[in-house]
Amino acid sequence: MEGLPILSLMMLAPLAGAAACLFAGAAAARWIALGATLVTFVLGVVLWSNYQIGGPQWQFTEEANLFAGFQYKLGIDGIALMLIMLSVFLMPVCILASWESVQKRVGEYMAAFLFMEVLMIGTFAAQDLFLFYVFFEAGLIPMYLIIGVWGGDNRIYASYKFFLYTLFGSVLMLIAMFWMVAEAGTSDIPTLMQYSFPAGAQTWLWLAFFASFAVKVPMWPLHTWLPDAHVQAPTAGSVILAGVLLKLGGYGFIRFSLPMFPEASAQFAWLVFALSMIAVVYTSLVALVQTDMKKLIAYSSVAHMAIVTVGLFAFNVQGLEGAMIVMLSHGLVSGALFLCVGVIYDRLHTREIARYGGLAINMPYYALFFLLFTMASIGLPGTSGFVGEFLSLAGIYQTSSLVALICTTGIILGAAYMLYLYRRVAFGGQVNEDAAAMRDISAREWVMMAPIAAAVMWMGVYPESFLAPMRADIAVLDARLAAAAPAGDAKLAPGAPRAAAANAMPHHEGSETSSAKEGAH
Amino acid sequence: MEFAASFALVMPELVLIAAGLVLLLVAAWGGDKAARLIAIAAAAALFAAGLLLVPGLHFGVDGPATLAFGGLIKVDSFALFAKALIYLAAIGALMIAPPFFDGPSAGSERGMRAEYPVLILFAAVGMSIMVSANDFMSLYLGLELNSLSAYVLAAILRRDPRSGEAGLKYFVLGALASGILLYGMSLLYGFTGGTSFTAVRAGLTGEMGYGALFGVIFVLSGLAFKISAVPFHMWTPDVYEGAPTPVTAFFATAPKVAAVALTARVVFEVFGGQVAAWQQIVMFMALASIIFGALGAIGQENLKRLLAYSSINNIGFILLGLAVANADGASAMLVYLFIYVAMSLGSFVALLMLRGEDGALFETFADIRGLSVTQPAIAWALLLFMFSLAGIPPLLGFYSKFVVFQATIEAGLVAFGAIAIAASVIGAFYYIKFVKVMFFDEPAGVVTGKSGAAHWVLLGLTALIVSPLGYLLTPSLTDLADKAAASLFLTV
Repeated sequence: MEGLPILSLMMLAPLAGAAACLFAGAAAARWIALGATLVTFVLGVVLWSNYQIGGPQWQFTEEANLFAGFQYKLGIDGIALMLIMLSVFLMPVCILASWESVQKRVGEYMAAFLFMEVLMIGTFAAQDLFLFYVFFEAGLIPMYLIIGVWGGDNRIYASYKFFLYTLFGSVLMLIAMFWMVAEAGTSDIPTLMQYSFPAGAQTWLWLAFFASFAVKVPMWPLHTWLPDAHVQAPTAGSVILAGVLLKLGGYGFIRFSLPMFPEASAQFAWLVFALSMIAVVYTSLVALVQTDMKKLIAYSSVAHMAIVTVGLFAFNVQGLEGAMIVMLSHGLVSGALFLCVGVIYDRLHTREIARYGGLAINMPYYALFFLLFTMASIGLPGTSGFVGEFLSLAGIYQTSSLVALICTTGIILGAAYMLYLYRRVAFGGQVNEDAAAMRDISAREWVMMAPIAAAVMWMGVYPESFLAPMRADIAVLDARLAAAAPAGDAKLAPGAPRAAAANAMPHHEGSETSSAKEGAH
Repeated sequence: MEFAASFALVMPELVLIAAGLVLLLVAAWGGDKAARLIAIAAAAALFAAGLLLVPGLHFGVDGPATLAFGGLIKVDSFALFAKALIYLAAIGALMIAPPFFDGPSAGSERGMRAEYPVLILFAAVGMSIMVSANDFMSLYLGLELNSLSAYVLAAILRRDPRSGEAGLKYFVLGALASGILLYGMSLLYGFTGGTSFTAVRAGLTGEMGYGALFGVIFVLSGLAFKISAVPFHMWTPDVYEGAPTPVTAFFATAPKVAAVALTARVVFEVFGGQVAAWQQIVMFMALASIIFGALGAIGQENLKRLLAYSSINNIGFILLGLAVANADGASAMLVYLFIYVAMSLGSFVALLMLRGEDGALFETFADIRGLSVTQPAIAWALLLFMFSLAGIPPLLGFYSKFVVFQATIEAGLVAFGAIAIAASVIGAFYYIKFVKVMFFDEPAGVVTGKSGAAHWVLLGLTALIVSPLGYLLTPSLTDLADKAAASLFLTV
């Protein structure tokens, strides 16, 4: 694989597809888009299988001096690898989800999605600070168009809000980036991750980055753009928004805020905790009273992302690993839940929960998938949600038991609103005739749901596959944070491990002498 | 002998003057029938003059060898860079004009008047002298040659009341600005005893008296009028709206470049020793232009007025580079100017392509509703220009903001930069409104007319420059701008 610029190829494939889609007819555009995303996914699989676990921290690096002011420099570590995999995995699903529901200006729609994919891969792979910003910020353009052109009734308000909110967050980060580059003399991200900025400056820099990432994540009280954008966006737009774009905020924290400003991160951990605790409880309660399915899932996203931020700022390996797994899991699960909403929305054209009911009777397969994703969202053991939330909360418990306590109530509330949603949609009697007449999922919808379901189970049963590539990088980050880590209140004292299992029978104790003694008796 | 060297230095201007005079005679005898031929000849003359700049631009020229006519004129890299931009913009203004004047929007007098290209040529000569002035006398000479041509250009549709109003307003306010400038120059002359830039600079060393300070302020105010920086911006929306659209496109590009370059030369070369005296003024003008340019644009229905406010907003960002007061800032400012010219020329070309069945031009938001359905190519190009003007990556407009803000932060003006960049978000609002109207609204379906090849070529070219591919230009652009900025700071 040496010398093959695979990251550039992964961006080139959807870019070429996007250009082709702009000029193609509706039917051709769908196939081109599906082809391009599948090619990218295959390249992603090649990328993952060639990634050396325990190898150098930055792999697949590429460099070219194309621009003045910043460099075209790509490379990934395990964290970026996993998030790139998430993006390229969800992308073909998004295209399939829009196969029939989007009928107007298909070519432009597909082009916007493919362009979005280029930018997502670029954001995770960029190794130059300004190149990262370019990719990070450019996503505004396609997302603005996707919400505005193909969205619901109130799409214009939602698209403006999305655009201006996120733009305002990011411009302050740009100012901070200029300052950092002037101070450190380089815009190379791996170098900056090891650079120690003066503590006083870190405070300001951290706040500037926080302004951007907190809007993206989004953290309470900056989350208000999210329900609007989600509700108005077309199904696939919601999937991408929840699945990948929210992860940009979490990625920002783990790639920039924590390693570059460890002291300031410790200093402001209380702020993150406070906002996250409010978010978990408040947005869960808000989700409980929603009558619009998409809005409910949007609010649940805010709550889940709060678990991510809490895990990140726990300053220990469990918290960081947990946060990453929650991000991956939430990307799959909330994406899948939006697909589930989209499937029935395509049939009845309403998102109102009360218009459905008893779908388990006429749509059994649909109900099965929906149940699986509901359980994964709650964090049932065996699904991906459990692994991530358990690790995150275990991590935060070592830092602050109070935060852990309050965030854990979020899991209970999460179970409440998700089960309540599921009961109203899938169980009970068939109160609405038109809902009772809906067909079960088609082959296309099977193809969308089944891979996500498989991935959710895989991550739930054997998370090691996903943790292994990230382990070394998280260890490096943990070592970097060690000096600044705040003292936890849990004061966990590891006891001496017992010599044998608690339920071991005495005569099975392995030592030669004891068995000889027993034999002598 | 020395005269020969001087003439060699101003060869591009000589070419333009000769072409202008000859074409004026052709216009006098040939009449308006020869207008198209004259336009082509004028564009060729501008191109030839531009070619003469290439060696100097490439190798970079500065020092005493660039002084001509006893120090009245200074043809350094900085002047060459500005001239190249001015000539390119002027060629653009010539290319887009004929279809406009042939259409019904030109009123009862159809067809381009033969004077139009000649006036553009004379304006270009005036601007050339402005950017290479090294003496307040030659500065004023160039400024007035440019301004007088511009007043006539604004009023060139004699029977159209809007055009006449624009010309009159421009003339009255422009004359006032020239008066203020002259008054400032006379104060400076009185307190320093010279009109050449070197003499005034030498006279301004040390503690500055009130008289000289007033001179500095009056000169800056007069120049602020010419670049339409807040608080001297009021004429811009009216003139931009009233003037014929190709003339507006010209006003938004070439004279802006010339006036900004002139301002930069004056503040760095003349007032370079007294940075504290003018830096705050420029900082205020920059912030005020960014904020008022953005706020003023929000309520506009007319697209030309909106672009007028947008140009005020952009001047604010350009002045940001000036406020930094070092070579990095000047270089950033030049890069910004180049990208700004491409963006605004492109936007105006796109406006000129919004034609009805009969060829009449549309210029309000109501007319471009749903443009992406009826005219996708124009709509996508306008989308690129608008997001680029808003400074959203990956378009080239982001790079222009990138360089000025980088220069600002590196010079330590962090709070200033932070306020300015936060204010830029206000501007994003009306740029995305443009996109919203074209892409989200139901089609109005009135823009059905076809446009000529010249428009398409120019639109394609400018769209290509602002597209992400434009980033490939940035290394050479930065190189040229750095050389130009370095020559400006040689005297400091």
